[in-house]
Amino acid sequence: MSDVPLRIDGQDVTVPEGATVLEAARSAGVEIPTLCHHDRLAPYGGCRVCVVETEFRGAWRLVAACVHPVEPGMIVRTRSEKIDRIRRSVLELLLARAPESAKLQDLARRYGARRDRFAPDASFCIHCGLCVRYCAEIKGKFAVGFVDRGIHKEIAFVPEIAARECRDCKECFELCPTSYLQAAFVLAESFAFPPPGERSGAPGPAASSGETR
Amino acid sequence: MARLHSREELEQLRREILARRDPGQRCIATCAGTGCLAGGAADVVEAFRRELAARGLTDKIALRGTGCHGFCEKGPIVVVDPEEIGYLQVTPADVPEIVERTVLGGEVIDRLLYVDPQTGGKTVREPDIPFYKHQQRLVFGANRKLDPRRIEDYLALGGYRALVTALFERTPEQVIDEVKASKLRGRGGAGFPTGVKWELTRRAAGEPKYVVVNCDEGDPGAYMDRSLMEGNPHAVLEGLLIGAYAIGAHEGYFYVRQEYPLAVENLGIALRQAEELGLLGKNILGSGFDFTARVHRGAGAFVCGEETALLLSLEGRPGEPRPRPPYPAIQGLWGKPTNINNVETWANIPRILNDGAAKFAAIGTAESKGTKIFSLVGKICNTGLVEVPMGIPLRDVVYKIGGGIPGGKKFKAMQTGGPSGGCIPEARLDLPVGFDELTRAGSMMGSGGMIVMDEDTCMVDVARYFVEFLTEESCGKCVPCREGLRQMHRILTRITRGEGREGDLEALEQIAETAVEASLCALGKTAPNPFLSTLRYFRDEYEAHIREKRCPALSCKALIRTWIDPEKCRACMLCLKKCPTGAIDGGKQRIHVIDQAKCTNCGTCFEVCPTKFGAVRKLSGVPVPPPIPEERRTVARARKQDE
Repeated sequence: MSDVPLRIDGQDVTVPEGATVLEAARSAGVEIPTLCHHDRLAPYGGCRVCVVETEFRGAWRLVAACVHPVEPGMIVRTRSEKIDRIRRSVLELLLARAPESAKLQDLARRYGARRDRFAPDASFCIHCGLCVRYCAEIKGKFAVGFVDRGIHKEIAFVPEIAARECRDCKECFELCPTSYLQAAFVLAESFAFPPPGERSGAPGPAASSGETR
Repeated sequence: MARLHSREELEQLRREILARRDPGQRCIATCAGTGCLAGGAADVVEAFRRELAARGLTDKIALRGTGCHGFCEKGPIVVVDPEEIGYLQVTPADVPEIVERTVLGGEVIDRLLYVDPQTGGKTVREPDIPFYKHQQRLVFGANRKLDPRRIEDYLALGGYRALVTALFERTPEQVIDEVKASKLRGRGGAGFPTGVKWELTRRAAGEPKYVVVNCDEGDPGAYMDRSLMEGNPHAVLEGLLIGAYAIGAHEGYFYVRQEYPLAVENLGIALRQAEELGLLGKNILGSGFDFTARVHRGAGAFVCGEETALLLSLEGRPGEPRPRPPYPAIQGLWGKPTNINNVETWANIPRILNDGAAKFAAIGTAESKGTKIFSLVGKICNTGLVEVPMGIPLRDVVYKIGGGIPGGKKFKAMQTGGPSGGCIPEARLDLPVGFDELTRAGSMMGSGGMIVMDEDTCMVDVARYFVEFLTEESCGKCVPCREGLRQMHRILTRITRGEGREGDLEALEQIAETAVEASLCALGKTAPNPFLSTLRYFRDEYEAHIREKRCPALSCKALIRTWIDPEKCRACMLCLKKCPTGAIDGGKQRIHVIDQAKCTNCGTCFEVCPTKFGAVRKLSGVPVPPPIPEERRTVARARKQDE
């Protein structure tokens, strides 16, 4: 594979053909924020917080750095008033869903995003798909997946698989940027498998932690 | 029919078919498209079959169920050839009379003809009906002349001649050059030059290559692809075969929505017939070119009309768009170079090969060539499918072809391009139809939906409605589309309920910019169009809703009150009897009054109040006048008697 030269924020960078703009930026020490990206997973392009501008026929256009392949001679900038404005807007939309997420709050501080810009509709899941993709691509278990579409889209465990596979894995928990998954799974587990001696009518978060772990 | 091994055998078969046909023969052609079938066309055809059999005429009079004619407002449609006498809204009860008087007697039955709503004049020949007269039906016109289930009909009209030209007289590169020279642009919406797309796929590295027909038509109210697919499937197949030859593909897929059962059925029949004749399969007509085609039924997700989502769905994966690049021309179905075009795009190809690129490019504007089929629906007299040359002013479509707005109402806006298109106001009605023209006006061509709205339509509510559709149909993968539409819908709903606040428009504009700029696919990038275009042309309506809590179109229920004008009420009891909530007080000769606490603004009283009285009114932004004192509630006529 041949090398592709490009310029990111004024820096000349050379990366292998097929690399993404995000990979090129990171190799040059330029930081681009991400939420749905993971180095071990296939690029997804869902959260759009990694938007950058590339020059195309004299005009700047917005692309998602995590999925956009590098092109020879490409000119990229990773900060501009517009980029910051879009990132802020994306973060504000997500904060309406997961206002307590530390990762979102940290990015919100950097981009001046307001927690209360939009009406809250907290579900604590931002649909980054990290758990779903990790379970499918790395573990090959398909224990968690998306259900429905559009604004009704949610993640859900497949009970038949989750009951068999998840107890000793839980590797997706630490990937979750909003801790939603951990909370939901622990809750579900506490309902499904109350520890001996506990009355089935009174499950609580503490119930599962004292169990088989 | 026997398999054909050469172009000569195809021409021989065509001559045989034509020799058996008498152009002067009487033929009863009934539209058997989905619209007319829903109106009872199958019963009409059956009645003709029985009537002809009873009179022993089965062998003398041809009976044909054709593709959709387009004037769906007036279906079921029957045309008696060779005179092309057009009968509308025909029922089985009309059949004996049509056979007796028209088919045998050569007489015209007046009451079944088209009546001009303005002049009252009648039109005898179908092509002379104003709805058809101002159209240019180069692609869609054949529908009316053939039975989509008989390949002989398509061959009789010169079908598969363009394929022969491509296979035997042109190199693949020459075919691509011809399509490029025609300047045909994709009819699915984006308007990408078709020839350029073909060339990219042909030159892309990787084998095998695939060709795909996108018949996942999802826009509410749009059905031109369905009517082409079910009404003339061989034209689409011939276009696909030519494209496959040019691109170097030997396998193709028709992606048709499951909700189009007749299209799936007729396409299946067409493929079997083409295969029998050797127009599909190995060594087509002895040319050495092989091609197979399969039908895939889509499960009805709007987003699967987006090409990358369609291809993933075809592979059996969730129909969610993936980022481009790489484009399908480079990496498409199963990672191989794939050329995907819309139904109407493919159906244009045979014509370009037959008539030449120059003739095609002679029609239209500088950047948009040929004709385009639109589905004209909404508040319009003549609902149906229309095929017009690019460049025709929207005004002509609305008034000359569409016959204007029913009920003497005023035109307000035309929504083009499907749910993520935009609204064009009266002031821009002289806009010529074209890809770039519509985009510059804040709307888009889309796949060709045209929804006409009259003065009673609230533009804020229109934006809310389309955004609501898109919240359900978004795949939900990327944040600007999923979360942006969720918030947009919430704010727009609040505004139509009279709960709008200062800052709402700025919030909507912020979301719109984010969705347009940062969404993953075209669905999200265009989703804010209904809001942006209505804000651009009807900002005063947004402001009236937010600041004055007033709906200028008197449409948003939360912002209107229904009131009976005591000066006009004649105490006829009609509204009082029909009111579903018992909110109207009154009696014979006692002026009716609406109890505002009980009224739900359902509009029933408004509709039943006789036009000559016009006493029921909708009020918005003004207080409801207090009820008149009891002693003045006796109607004027009775008062005179009392005095």
